[in-house]
Amino acid sequence: MINKFLGFKPDEKLLPSQTVTEDTEIDLSSHKYQKIWLGPNHPGVTGNMAIELTVQGTTVMRAKTHVGYLHRGFEKLIERRLFVQGFPTSIRMCVAEPDTNEYFIARSTEELSGYADAVPEYANWLRMLSLEMARLAGLLRGVPGQGGTFALGIGVQWGVYLRDLILDRFEELSGARVYHMYIIPGGVRGALPDGFKERMEDNLRDIDDFIIRIKKLMFHNSVFKQRAKGLAVITPEMVDKYGIVGTNARCCGVKRDVRKDNPYLYYDKLDFDPPTATDGDVYSRTWIRWQELIQTVDLIRQIMAKMPKKGDIRCKMPNVLNWKIPKGETYVRLESGRGEMGMYYVTDGSDKPRRINLRGPSYNHAISVLEHMLIGQDVADVHAIMVSLQTCPPEIER
Amino acid sequence: MKELIEKLSSKYELQEVVYQRDNLVFAAISKENAIEAVTYLRDYEGYTHLVMMSCVDWIEDGKYQLLYLLHNPKLKNDIGIKVYIDRENPEMVSAHHLWKSVWTYQREMHESFGIVFPGSPRLEENFVVEGWDETPFMRRDFDTHEYAEKTYFPRGNRKTNDPAEYMRKKLYPNQPVTAKQRKDDK
Amino acid sequence: MSELDLNNKTSEMLANSEANVKNSKKNFTRPEDEKREVVAPDGSIIEVNPLYDYFSNEKPKEEKPRGGVVEKFLNWARAESIWVLGFGTGCGSIEIPPLVTPRFDMFRYGVQMRPTPRQSNAFIISGYLSVKTLKRVIRTYEQMPSPKYILALGSCTINGGMYYDSYSTINRLDKYIPVDVYIAGCMPRPEALLHGFVKLKQLIKEGKAEKANEYARNFDEYKANQKKIIKDWNMPDYNW
Repeated sequence: MINKFLGFKPDEKLLPSQTVTEDTEIDLSSHKYQKIWLGPNHPGVTGNMAIELTVQGTTVMRAKTHVGYLHRGFEKLIERRLFVQGFPTSIRMCVAEPDTNEYFIARSTEELSGYADAVPEYANWLRMLSLEMARLAGLLRGVPGQGGTFALGIGVQWGVYLRDLILDRFEELSGARVYHMYIIPGGVRGALPDGFKERMEDNLRDIDDFIIRIKKLMFHNSVFKQRAKGLAVITPEMVDKYGIVGTNARCCGVKRDVRKDNPYLYYDKLDFDPPTATDGDVYSRTWIRWQELIQTVDLIRQIMAKMPKKGDIRCKMPNVLNWKIPKGETYVRLESGRGEMGMYYVTDGSDKPRRINLRGPSYNHAISVLEHMLIGQDVADVHAIMVSLQTCPPEIER
Repeated sequence: MKELIEKLSSKYELQEVVYQRDNLVFAAISKENAIEAVTYLRDYEGYTHLVMMSCVDWIEDGKYQLLYLLHNPKLKNDIGIKVYIDRENPEMVSAHHLWKSVWTYQREMHESFGIVFPGSPRLEENFVVEGWDETPFMRRDFDTHEYAEKTYFPRGNRKTNDPAEYMRKKLYPNQPVTAKQRKDDK
Repeated sequence: MSELDLNNKTSEMLANSEANVKNSKKNFTRPEDEKREVVAPDGSIIEVNPLYDYFSNEKPKEEKPRGGVVEKFLNWARAESIWVLGFGTGCGSIEIPPLVTPRFDMFRYGVQMRPTPRQSNAFIISGYLSVKTLKRVIRTYEQMPSPKYILALGSCTINGGMYYDSYSTINRLDKYIPVDVYIAGCMPRPEALLHGFVKLKQLIKEGKAEKANEYARNFDEYKANQKKIIKDWNMPDYNW
């Protein structure tokens, strides 16, 4: 309308064709295309990775993910450390939810050395509590962070503050804010402090309040709705083809949740149902995560109500300094906030692990899925798509 | 799981079958049959979800062990197909046509172990390191400590203690060292 | 040149270099870094050298303090408005959101985040640096206008910390870029970071935070160290 009024006629040849797919041919010497780099600084809340975009106008024609900015070579470093020394190293693989990594390494060593059933019941409940708190802390950054990509900054301010309250509870439990090292082989490092449940309940009440406010802020917002609905759709056919897991798979109706499929710890004793949606777009992914926020708060309440009052926190383990584990291999998985995470653990009978390999959900989400989904999207939506897939580069490159 | 292994072993020669848990089994298949077996598991047995691909360096045997870990979303169990390939001339048939995520794993393994997957897309591109001209870094014969000391200006005065010896001195300073402990320390 | 051709050329070059120089160092020159002629849309031919900075290819210069009351006033002004570049290089960057939000609120110290190096004068190196990131950090640091300050966060910037034996991360940051304030810990709490800012302000007010000049003075030494570990040096030596 305005173009007509001004007499502006766009050059049709310079505009991208209506449907851009992976097979659309690109001639870089035709001066129609431009290459721009997104990253490697933080685009949103996702961590350091870069996307090399080939754009025509504002439409993305090709995308290439570049990772490795956070590469520390954990898998090599752990090969030359004792089992107990490798433990504090390994948890630094993912900074957003380090407790998940603690669980893998504790569980795999227990399973391979034959202590899998020896872990006390109380310790297992505490492990579950710590894992759910980590999920809650991750979601408190993730859900408002999605609004942040559409310039809804206020939600992030609330979310980070509430996440800090959860970190305070972690500090009480383990003595550290970010890297807790709480779940150790054989049990956990400490019992629940006095009055922890009351203080946690206080914080959970604040979070309940936040959940309602963030619903009004994001899901009743017309700008958010207009931009997020129908953006970057995941179809059920894509799920197995690309290896999509977790909330990204549940957003299109494929019910995948390790807590339900292969229950670990005492998740089969808890009453919950992972939320699903059918649309598969950014909006439904955020909606699921919002529902998961409610569910996680509920799960923490259930765990605190159902766990025993007292008990052993650790089983008797061999001397960690001379700990040798017989030859074997295993794969342990759990459901993190981003989806199925797992660890392939190989031992060879010596006092050091032979090989560990982390399987992070972002390995597929941030490379093959993201590169596929960005094609044909607008440059302004790239952040939103990245955050909605919950890409976390440290688990790609380790 | 037992039925599946019986079915598989009637088709292919399986070795080292280990039932790790009720829902996890590992089995080794020869290099020629591996991709066929993985395709069979995906198409006919419902193992449609590729959990991960991994590689272990067994330098003593002169072999690399590749792992294809598959998950069955209906039966909720996993099977790990292991393949041993020669370490001197590492080459494996590419599986990038089976899942869209496979080429990333293969690109990573090419960089970190030097395994060649003919036909796999973007195999030669950098994955996590830039300008790397040493031995592929995940091989057992690459010493990362030595490389770091040689390259990255280590700050002096870094004290390292052998944990076992240090703890014994701290906790039991007056106790004599037994022969067994001396052996364990080594 | 289409993307496919470019890829083919890369693999050809790789094959050639592997065949010709066996057991020697790899050749990291990429086809897109070569000198070439480009035809502009109007038909004219432009010569392009991607590794040459056409704006300025000069070394940085040392800037003498003005001295006296003027310098004191300038230092006061600099200390009260520290603008930090929003580039989280490692896992320490997870403690920066709490600083920006009301609980630890760093705005009360005159510290705020900026999106581009052109507007910022402080750079938080938040943790370990892999060689790949160091390359970007150097470029970013050089683009920041002087006076500029560096806060190094975490043990891993001091001596490598937990990653002292890693093949991918550097051990000592001060060998590659000059550091004003170190904040120890793995990872340091937000309070420690605030203390680091207070310390930096104190240094600036005393006129001791002159590390940008030190970089200019020992430029060749720093460049030699940087080039030792960044083997595919495909960028100008200094860029503004």
